[in-house]
Amino acid sequence: MLGPQSSFVMYDEELQRINIVIERLLREANAKVIFLVDKNGQMISGVGETEHLDTTSLASLTAGNIAATGGLAKLIGEKEFSILFHEGEKDNLHISIVAQRVILVVIFDQRSSLGLVRLRVRKASDELTTIFEDLAKKTAEIQASGGHNSPFAEITDDDIDSLFS
Amino acid sequence: MSFINYASREINCKIVYYGPGLCGKTTNLQHVYQMTDPDAKGKMISLATETERTLFFDFLPLALGEIRGFKTRFHLYTVPGQVFYDASRKLILKGVDGVVFVADAQEERLDANIESMENLKVNLEEQGYQLENLPFVIQYNKYDLPNVTPIEELRELLNPNGVPEFKGCAVTGEGVFETLKEVAKLILMELKKGG
Ligand SMILES: Nc1nc2c(ncn2[C@@H]2O[C@H](COP(=O)(O)OP(=O)(O)O)[C@@H](O)[C@H]2O)c(=O)[nH]1
Ligand SMILES: [Mg+2]
Repeated sequence: MLGPQSSFVMYDEELQRINIVIERLLREANAKVIFLVDKNGQMISGVGETEHLDTTSLASLTAGNIAATGGLAKLIGEKEFSILFHEGEKDNLHISIVAQRVILVVIFDQRSSLGLVRLRVRKASDELTTIFEDLAKKTAEIQASGGHNSPFAEITDDDIDSLFS
Repeated sequence: MSFINYASREINCKIVYYGPGLCGKTTNLQHVYQMTDPDAKGKMISLATETERTLFFDFLPLALGEIRGFKTRFHLYTVPGQVFYDASRKLILKGVDGVVFVADAQEERLDANIESMENLKVNLEEQGYQLENLPFVIQYNKYDLPNVTPIEELRELLNPNGVPEFKGCAVTGEGVFETLKEVAKLILMELKKGG
């Protein structure tokens, strides 16, 4: 879908569409928090009770977790494990892969159930897959037409030096 | 692979610190962490064994500031150095935007450096990368110790292509920010080209 060295790009329009889907999933699955993470560990979006969560660390560890279980899957001859479930005393984590490159994480407690989460995630995944396919198309089209005005096209050494001052 | 988010006007890049076991990768990140403003950094996460050896990775998110209205974030990762953790190293290289090779300049670690450099190339190629095409810098760490290999020899063996290189002493911080700054710069230059 995307080459290893091209950038993963997100636009306003797609992010809004994504947020509509995950906000609805949050309600319909009675979940506490939902977030979407790029397989490389970068947070794409989060909804729900995210204020007290270290979402950056969560994103990185989720991606590490998926990468590690993906490695395990290969060792036993599976392509990947598309769903992971971690059960805690109060909160549970449901982790699934969408469109082969994005990780959907649902945090839920006793107000919901694994069955309900699973059911709702399946539907939301289909919708998210469409959005990510659209996003990939859009990115490819923009690149084919000479690329968008990269915000970095005109950076100077001074810009970079100022980052570290 | 960088993540450019036009919606939140953010750019995220991934930097991996590679090198043999005990060369000072984790120490590099710890120094960056200690010297960075609290509001510019997230938590440093270390997935380590009970004896502080890196088990899977260390992770340090840094928000460096804005360039042209885009918040610039770098995610720093280290790999576990020991030979038997090769499967984990491969995973951490996924989506990398720039690599820092931390060499251990002590004479007795020369072979370990060469082996680790070879391993880096092989693992990158497996992911479809070529080291020559990636933002890449080398740090000759532990240069404070008495028994180090002369820099010319290290250069010849580890840096035939002449990428940016720095002497370092990660415990005192010497060379640490110079190294990070250089790889960040190379990554941003790569983005400028429209990668
Ligand atoms: N003398 C000296 N010791 C160092 C230096 N950098 C790291 N160390 C020490 O080397 C050991 C291994 O460092 P660590 O960062 O854990 O190595 P890693 O396996 O590459 O993550 C620790 O005891 C560090 O304190 C350095 O520049 N000089
Ligand atoms: Mg370490």
